[in-house]
Amino acid sequence: MSDRVVNAGLQPSVTPVRPPASVVTEQRGVRWLLIAIAIVFLALFLLLPLLTVIVEAFSKGLGAYAAALTEPDAVAALRLTLTVAAIAVPFNLVFGVVAAWAIAKFEFRGKNLLITLIDLPFSVSPVVSGLIYVLVFGTQGLLGPWLIDHNIQIIFAVPGIVLATIFVTFPFVARQLIPLMQEQGTLEEEAALTLGASGWHAFWTVTLPNIRWGLFYSVLLCNARAMGEFGAVSVVSGHIRGLTNTIPLHVEILYNEYNFVASFAVASLLAGLALVTLVIKSVLEWRYSADIAAGARRH
Amino acid sequence: MSRLASAAQGSRGSRASRTLLGLACFLALAAAATGPASADTAILNVSYDPTRELYKDINAAFSQEWKEKTGEAVTVRASHGGSGAQARTVIDGIPADVVTLGIPSDIDAIARLTKKIDANWRSKLPNDSLPYTSTVVFLVRKGNPKGIKDWDDLVRSDVKVITPNPKTSAGGRWNFLGAWGYAYEKEGRSAGKANDFVARLYRQVPVLDTGARGSTVSFAQRGLGDVLPAWENEAFLALDEFGKDKFDVVVPPVSIYAEPPVALVDGNADKNGTRKVSEAFLQFLYSDKAQAIFAKHHYRPIKREAASPQDLALLPNIKLFKIEDLQGNWDKIQSANFDNGGLFDQLSKAGH
Amino acid sequence: MGYTLMILGLVVLLPLAALVLRASGTGLGGIWSVATDPRVGSALRISFGTSFLAALVSTTFGSVVAWVLSRYDFPGRRLVDAAVDLPFALPTAVAGIALASLYAPNGLIGSMLSRIGIEVAYTPVGILIAMIFIGLPFAVRTVQPLILELDREIEEASATLGASRWHTISRIVLPPLIPAVLTGFALAFARGVGEYGSIIFIAGNLPYVSEIAPLLIVIKLSEFDYAGAAAIASIMLVISFATLLLINLIQAWSRRRFGHV
Repeated sequence: MSDRVVNAGLQPSVTPVRPPASVVTEQRGVRWLLIAIAIVFLALFLLLPLLTVIVEAFSKGLGAYAAALTEPDAVAALRLTLTVAAIAVPFNLVFGVVAAWAIAKFEFRGKNLLITLIDLPFSVSPVVSGLIYVLVFGTQGLLGPWLIDHNIQIIFAVPGIVLATIFVTFPFVARQLIPLMQEQGTLEEEAALTLGASGWHAFWTVTLPNIRWGLFYSVLLCNARAMGEFGAVSVVSGHIRGLTNTIPLHVEILYNEYNFVASFAVASLLAGLALVTLVIKSVLEWRYSADIAAGARRH
Repeated sequence: MSRLASAAQGSRGSRASRTLLGLACFLALAAAATGPASADTAILNVSYDPTRELYKDINAAFSQEWKEKTGEAVTVRASHGGSGAQARTVIDGIPADVVTLGIPSDIDAIARLTKKIDANWRSKLPNDSLPYTSTVVFLVRKGNPKGIKDWDDLVRSDVKVITPNPKTSAGGRWNFLGAWGYAYEKEGRSAGKANDFVARLYRQVPVLDTGARGSTVSFAQRGLGDVLPAWENEAFLALDEFGKDKFDVVVPPVSIYAEPPVALVDGNADKNGTRKVSEAFLQFLYSDKAQAIFAKHHYRPIKREAASPQDLALLPNIKLFKIEDLQGNWDKIQSANFDNGGLFDQLSKAGH
Repeated sequence: MGYTLMILGLVVLLPLAALVLRASGTGLGGIWSVATDPRVGSALRISFGTSFLAALVSTTFGSVVAWVLSRYDFPGRRLVDAAVDLPFALPTAVAGIALASLYAPNGLIGSMLSRIGIEVAYTPVGILIAMIFIGLPFAVRTVQPLILELDREIEEASATLGASRWHTISRIVLPPLIPAVLTGFALAFARGVGEYGSIIFIAGNLPYVSEIAPLLIVIKLSEFDYAGAAAIASIMLVISFATLLLINLIQAWSRRRFGHV
């Protein structure tokens, strides 16, 4: 099954490098050429855009940078983004753990279909993700008339933004945990249960410690994605200033108001978030790679 | 395994309660988002792309006046984007109290699809519900290196034109109709020749942004193209924002009478209980104070006497034609040119 | 279990059902006429064609990057390794604005390229760049763990038996990597096809030239053509589903052939 696959990018990259034995590596020249290609390629495609954001953000000095971030609409956008992430990430966390548990520890028919369905939001265009909620909750949509009668506003309000965010980040936690839990099998939990632990207790004391690092990685990336989603949110937001603009939408608005410095300044918040995410991820890997490797050996 | 299964069963109760809790939070949020804001009234103005700066000033002036008159605080919230996309959000249920869009057909669409706006909305406010008008002028690079003077120069093979997609942008539609109307009058009222002219023009377009603002950024910030046919206000705003030493505004001898109308969204205003303040907001747009603000932002006020002469001096008196006089009513204009399979679709199909 | 299904149903299946329902409102004939509309066809071709190319580039360079990161030690290796995940964490709109300002004719890279007559931003090449950006981590991260798992003793044996290094690489090292490379390719491809946020900033968005399918959905929505938007979305959805299925098939095939993953 595609366990390692759909979430491959989320796998902790534990990378032990053995000292090269001469017969199993390339000539020195080839080696450096390949390293050079890799670094130039990454610099050109990944680091340069990041640097652009940071350089542009500070191009008019610290004062302009600070002013852009403390402006009321920017603060409102930040608050909304944090709110959305604070709902969407725990939701997906709970779902991810439960779904991974169900899939990894039990046998049932249609398992592969279930996994593919959990994967689906991963390959659906963000625009389509937004569109489907418009088609369900919009006034022209399936539930539209009912929602109007009951005076409930879903799209163009916080609930719609939360829903779209949940959708695009849906697979992150589940897909990270499924292979981890499958690898660990059910032996330890069964042992705990035989010794008289309750199911809940077994989960807390046996399953959770085994998956905690994987869980942590996935929550980090899920959070970064939740805060940064643009396409899906832009379809359901309605772009009301100070009310339904998230940070990525606010970046676009400022950009469209010729406010390039402010736009890149706000964008640098998200870039900073991306960097912090990656740093934490790397530190954890470095710190706990022995832990993880030991865990892997045990099974 | 069976022990494990029953253990999972045992914990299902708490899971279900957590789900319920989540749902409750969710509904609470939904309610919070829709509940009537009683202490501080807020109305929502859904507007088109280039009016961002304009309505910042207008909204503040209105709030101030409302406070002086009634003692109540009111916040006017704004949402901006391509005119068509904005109309779509109103149709899909954004609780807009008033709409101020770029072209009459977008408000017609809201009226037709939702019934939240009366079908004869245009007759409800003075001057066909147009508190200000505008036209299309050309923004060129400093010194006008390509010597662009009139619409004819836009179809020259050495000129690259930046204009937004007429399917999504009202400004794009006015550019399209302006070129069409110009050629129609010039070629002895031949629709066929006018269609050819527009087809040639769109062959000179390298980038088709979704909104007027996107086109301005492509032209001014990214340095693409030789000429930007634009809303008059948008062209002057670019001068103000990017510096007068970078661009010139070229005013063609003939251009189109562009009509960005406003309307009350009756259905929403009644539901939100904001009819009174929303109507006052629309009336305010016709006040001397608002008219002066329009002129300051380079829109053409309908009460010229209210505006400062300096601002008016930038808005030269040129010959403006009304597209309704050439093509008939707005239903016809919209369906013949921009709807699925309309003239624009045929042109882009034939061009490739 | 019930919880999983319920949430899955509410969050994923119900909205997708609404989409299909809306699209089928026009009937199969309606969907067919949308699919065969030349502009829609061209947008789908651009989305899928460019994404295919981008996935090729991502996979080629991604494999080199994965190889370098897992086999060689050099200063800053950890840093480079962490940087690979950047497109995962960086919001697409931010990436789009940054790429556009880099590759515009007056940007840092764009000005160099335009001197030798290459235009990137606002052409189909711009779409390609954005898609490579977002697809790269998938290509690297699918191949990397497999390179780490490769048994070096087999390579040693091959070398001891007198095979040249190139021979060893092409005959011993590459074959077991192929399924992972294909999977990385399919993932980068699927992601590129749906991408919207970063592309609209850097593509010219011209019908028949640089208009991608997700943009056409947005345009259809602005025209109040819900059925048309839903039809294009359904077509893309079916293809996404097929791509995921293909990934699973590659996995199954590789498990049979190589006994792992």
